[in-house]
Amino acid sequence: MALPKLAVWKFASCDGCQLSLLDCEDELLAVAGQVEIAHFLEASRERVPGPYDVSLVEGSITTRDDAHRIQKVRALSRTLVTIGACATSGGVQALRNVADVDEYRSIVYPHPEYVATLDRSTPIAQHVRVDHELRGCPINRVQLLELLAALLHGGRPPRTTASVCTECKLRDNVCVVVAHGTPCLGPVTAAGCGALCPSYHRGCYGCFGPVAAANTAAVAESLRECGMSEADVTRVFRTFNADAPAFRKEAELHDAQSQP
Amino acid sequence: MVADSASPETCRPRTPTTTEGAAARAAALADVALADVALADVALADVVVLSPPGLAALANALIGDGYRLVGPTVRSEAVVLEELESADELPWGWDVDADAGRYRLRRRADRAVFAHAVGPQPWKRFLLPPASLLWRARRGESGFSVDPPEDPLPRYALFGVRSCDLAAIAVQDRVLATSAHPDSGYRGRRARSFVVAADCATPAGTCFCSSLGCGPAAAGGYDVALTEVVTGEEHLFLARAGSAAGDAVLPRLPSRPATPHDLDAARAVVGEAAQRMGRRLDPDGLPELLAAHREDPHWNEVAQRCLSCGNCTLVCPTCFCTTVVDATDVTGTVAERRRHWDSCFDLDFSYLHAGSVRASTSARYRHWISHKLGTWPEQFGTAGCVGCGRCITWCPVGIDITAEIAALRGGVPEGGGL
Repeated sequence: MALPKLAVWKFASCDGCQLSLLDCEDELLAVAGQVEIAHFLEASRERVPGPYDVSLVEGSITTRDDAHRIQKVRALSRTLVTIGACATSGGVQALRNVADVDEYRSIVYPHPEYVATLDRSTPIAQHVRVDHELRGCPINRVQLLELLAALLHGGRPPRTTASVCTECKLRDNVCVVVAHGTPCLGPVTAAGCGALCPSYHRGCYGCFGPVAAANTAAVAESLRECGMSEADVTRVFRTFNADAPAFRKEAELHDAQSQP
Repeated sequence: MVADSASPETCRPRTPTTTEGAAARAAALADVALADVALADVALADVVVLSPPGLAALANALIGDGYRLVGPTVRSEAVVLEELESADELPWGWDVDADAGRYRLRRRADRAVFAHAVGPQPWKRFLLPPASLLWRARRGESGFSVDPPEDPLPRYALFGVRSCDLAAIAVQDRVLATSAHPDSGYRGRRARSFVVAADCATPAGTCFCSSLGCGPAAAGGYDVALTEVVTGEEHLFLARAGSAAGDAVLPRLPSRPATPHDLDAARAVVGEAAQRMGRRLDPDGLPELLAAHREDPHWNEVAQRCLSCGNCTLVCPTCFCTTVVDATDVTGTVAERRRHWDSCFDLDFSYLHAGSVRASTSARYRHWISHKLGTWPEQFGTAGCVGCGRCITWCPVGIDITAEIAALRGGVPEGGGL
């Protein structure tokens, strides 16, 4: 029986999430034995034509060409999985969504006329149907392996609606907000990273994006009590998941309040 | 080992009852602190006095008997519970400043070792571990086989358990050890455990055990109980046994007989602690109160503040909910069933077909507090709250169970809250 065909696609992104697959180390050979890696330019220049059983899609849509290309990827893929904050919420490059991209372009590039880009960075799900998503900047490779295992063997893909706080408690971390007065987005951030930053006494930066029905207003109040200015509160919601609706709306409120 | 530790009648959280009115409630509250000063029935002959080296000898004796010593120690600017190698690692000379959503360690002028009230973790971390492997199965040539369990259940010596936490362990015993469907892991760890209780001399700002009849003195459910007395030059621990195992260990320690002066000092310590609770919770008529306020707009007001993050349930010493997760490795030959703590504040906790039953934060908060204080007595015969105050301290936004009950009653609680 032929092995299922796996493809990995890159859109606007830093490649870090695809590298999570190569970072699987001990499990990488097991993965390679279970699938035919048919399209993965980060790993091999060999390209096997589609269709593909599973496509992992990294990155957001920021150009007209990519908006067309994602349609082709969808058409060639039985199961499409978005991986990482860029693909699931537009990524840090979605900061352009609250700014003037022409202005950015003229500041950054000596020849802005060579740069063809859309004025917004959008998640894959705004363009095509997505079957599963893995959050994070970058994704957690354990979640990636669990999802691949479930897809390969017919299990139920793991899902969680818990916050980072749950992971802190499971890891036995002392709460950095309560015990240290450190600003932290953990209560409104989706679990998945294993509470990485709080495990090193840092507040959560929200890499995995908002939980469902995130009470961002209450967390913003907590951030201010921990000493953040309105401008800082705006900035902390505008990072890797700047255009995730819950974070975007909260940032807009504080941006308005921090303007003179 | 605590014989039939599952039902120490004496330290069960007070089951709320209905009373006639506010005056009666106020009178009851005033009585609580004094009525529950334990050590009243402790006889002088049953007490020995240990010095700090004697306390260290107790720790060493338990380690020598093969127990894994678990007790308080300072880590990450908090007093946490960890496996210890000796009494040196205990939090000598620390106490805490705790309020709603705030916890800070403080250095003391003396070397008191049990002055820190309770830290962020409940003892369930050891008796009902946050994550565990239930079983692992491997696909074979024909069918599958299940791996034998990896480790025998540990023998823990729980060192420095407060009366609130003794009551909480008794609550979990009723749910997990002596119920119709006991949890074999919990029951095994419990049966193998040795409990060293520590009467509370320094309640924190969020403590209210005396409101619920759960402290500040240990009244049962221990093998050895200690009362720490620190006065001027004197630093000693009055030790009393609560089981045959406790009776056996105390004579092996360097000690002296207790004097009437020692016992008076210990009673004074505990009696004063009862008067210094940072919070109060009027326990009377809570099931009726909560049932009558099911549709109260106050729940929506709480939901404005509540993060639904689940911290309150994860630090609660009586919350026992877990979920199981099945996982297969990428080769499809090894499958695991794992269990980890769950929280009723998680949206998926009440997920049935087509969605979550408690979709709003107000519904989830109402559910949690109604279970703790309203329906738990009917279900398990005790209140689900022991007054440890962890849910108040460790809520990142400082939501206070005593204040929310007071708000439902239409007032502000005495000695804390709003």
